[in-house]
Amino acid sequence: MLKQVEGSAAVAEAIALCRPQVICAYPISPQTHIVEALGRRVDAGELTPCEFVNVESEFAAMSVAIGASATGARAYTATASQGLLFMAEAVYNAAGLGLPIVMTVANRAIGAPINIWNDHTDALSQRDCGWLQLFAEDNQEALDLHIQAFRLAEELSLPVMVCMDGFILTHAYERVDMPTQAQVDSYLPPYQPRQVLDPADPVSIGAMVGPEAFMEVRYLAHVKQEQALELIPAWADEFRRIFGRPSGGLVHEYRTGDADVIVVALGSVLGTIKDTVDEMRDQGHKIGVLGITCFRPWPSVAVRDALQRAKRVVVLEKSLAVGMGGIVGNNVSASFSGSPDCVHTVIAGLGGRSITRGSLHRVFEQALADSLEPLTFLDLDRALVDRVLERERVQRRSGPIAEGILKDLGVVAAKIG
Amino acid sequence: MFQIRIHGRGGQGVVTAAELLSVAAFREDRHSQAFPSFGSERTGAPVVAFCRIDERPIRLREPILAPDAVIIQDPTLLHQVDVFGGLQPAGYILINTARTFEDLGLAEFAQKFNAAHLCTVPATEIAMRHVGRPLPNASLLGGFAALTGRVSLESVAAAIGEKFPPKVAAGNIAAATEAYEFVQREMKKEAAGAEAG
Repeated sequence: MLKQVEGSAAVAEAIALCRPQVICAYPISPQTHIVEALGRRVDAGELTPCEFVNVESEFAAMSVAIGASATGARAYTATASQGLLFMAEAVYNAAGLGLPIVMTVANRAIGAPINIWNDHTDALSQRDCGWLQLFAEDNQEALDLHIQAFRLAEELSLPVMVCMDGFILTHAYERVDMPTQAQVDSYLPPYQPRQVLDPADPVSIGAMVGPEAFMEVRYLAHVKQEQALELIPAWADEFRRIFGRPSGGLVHEYRTGDADVIVVALGSVLGTIKDTVDEMRDQGHKIGVLGITCFRPWPSVAVRDALQRAKRVVVLEKSLAVGMGGIVGNNVSASFSGSPDCVHTVIAGLGGRSITRGSLHRVFEQALADSLEPLTFLDLDRALVDRVLERERVQRRSGPIAEGILKDLGVVAAKIG
Repeated sequence: MFQIRIHGRGGQGVVTAAELLSVAAFREDRHSQAFPSFGSERTGAPVVAFCRIDERPIRLREPILAPDAVIIQDPTLLHQVDVFGGLQPAGYILINTARTFEDLGLAEFAQKFNAAHLCTVPATEIAMRHVGRPLPNASLLGGFAALTGRVSLESVAAAIGEKFPPKVAAGNIAAATEAYEFVQREMKKEAAGAEAG
């Protein structure tokens, strides 16, 4: 059924259709509307049997999800930003224990400086934790990926993180096609745990493993991620069969067939990139887009195949490995069969900075003209940076950077919009 | 694609206005996208919300930099925020005020635009009469429907009915309807004036 709703409301409804049995969450922007909506459903008796557990922190949220999942319950939580960092220890445990928890990460920057806006730093900080990480391009895909996430998680006995851009998607009203309960039920059978805490058949979960087998347990985690690379496209095909639309999978290609330059990105910025690419195609430029839906496991073969004919690759990412450069860019380089010199990383949209068609045109035209640097920062205010560096050069007690830079800009608080 | 930017202050229902507009367009089988400018929400602080309407799916996620219409929920913003930034020459302006463009010191500025695309409407006064609170958003959507014809009053009313409980909805629908009729009268006056002039 077509609906015009907020992204968070769409995701909450999709989660409810997946019949979760335990939902625990600690509120943090921009995830709050999702768990609020689910809380209202549980409270109204519209979602049974389901326990909604108010917890005292994100660490507790993931710990409760672990406990619930270990008892055989379908468990869900959501977080963002510092919340994800605060639960990090438990995030690793959920994966290490092989518990199929599904978690929404409403992507947001990490402080300091404190910033509530969107980028991908939070999710990418957890890229090596053993969870599957899926990134939604729009609210339809966010909704669909959650349904697929439960199926994948339970099939593999691994947790899945569904990443959707905070505010840009969570707070956007747009059209979604909400599936029926019957469709979701036919895609997602009741949870059959591989391991369960059952007093009638007691087991321990979470044994200490020494050097004699730790490597093997970790290797099995890697094997499972490789299995996921097979299962994700298969379950996306199954999804298409039941729900009648393509959604999910490893990567999405757009006008890449004859493209000299291919732009690689994750999440909602793909929409703006595709519009820009269409405009550039109209001008005769051979440019295409590769959207990464599945970031973990990293779909190395799919990326290599998609980029095979490209002369230049531009990785546009909302994350920064400080002291190194791009995170996604580094992954793409490892999968690119051409020269690594042809892979360019563009860091964009950090802390919610708008990524506009105008700026994308400039950077893509540079790529077409072979004049793009290996690492660039989209719309970086170089003069502002230089003022800070100059201040630090001439003055020992140069003061806090964030406050100084705001003073230079002449704003007393962060500008809206 | 038709792009609308709504300026107001925290607490005036700016974000809700954009959402309602997107629902109204959706009800007319069009694609639409509404989103706020994101920030730490504070009552009284300048707030911007955006709405795009198109016949095709909308993929663009940048803020609306070159709107086809601006709705200004609070005229005190005229001196604080670049509310008209990027407005297209054929663009529409709807301002919540009992005053005229001339009264607001915008007479010269208004000459750059099609006079039939500009209107002021006392939306807060209308809202006080029907809703009992100074929330001009629904009234302005009624005015927007009359000024631009991009959505019908019926769709605006249906969107309001979907969003609010029946009593609140009824007041807001009445306010939207009064503002719609007010703007229609203003446009007729403008058209008659243009013909006479």
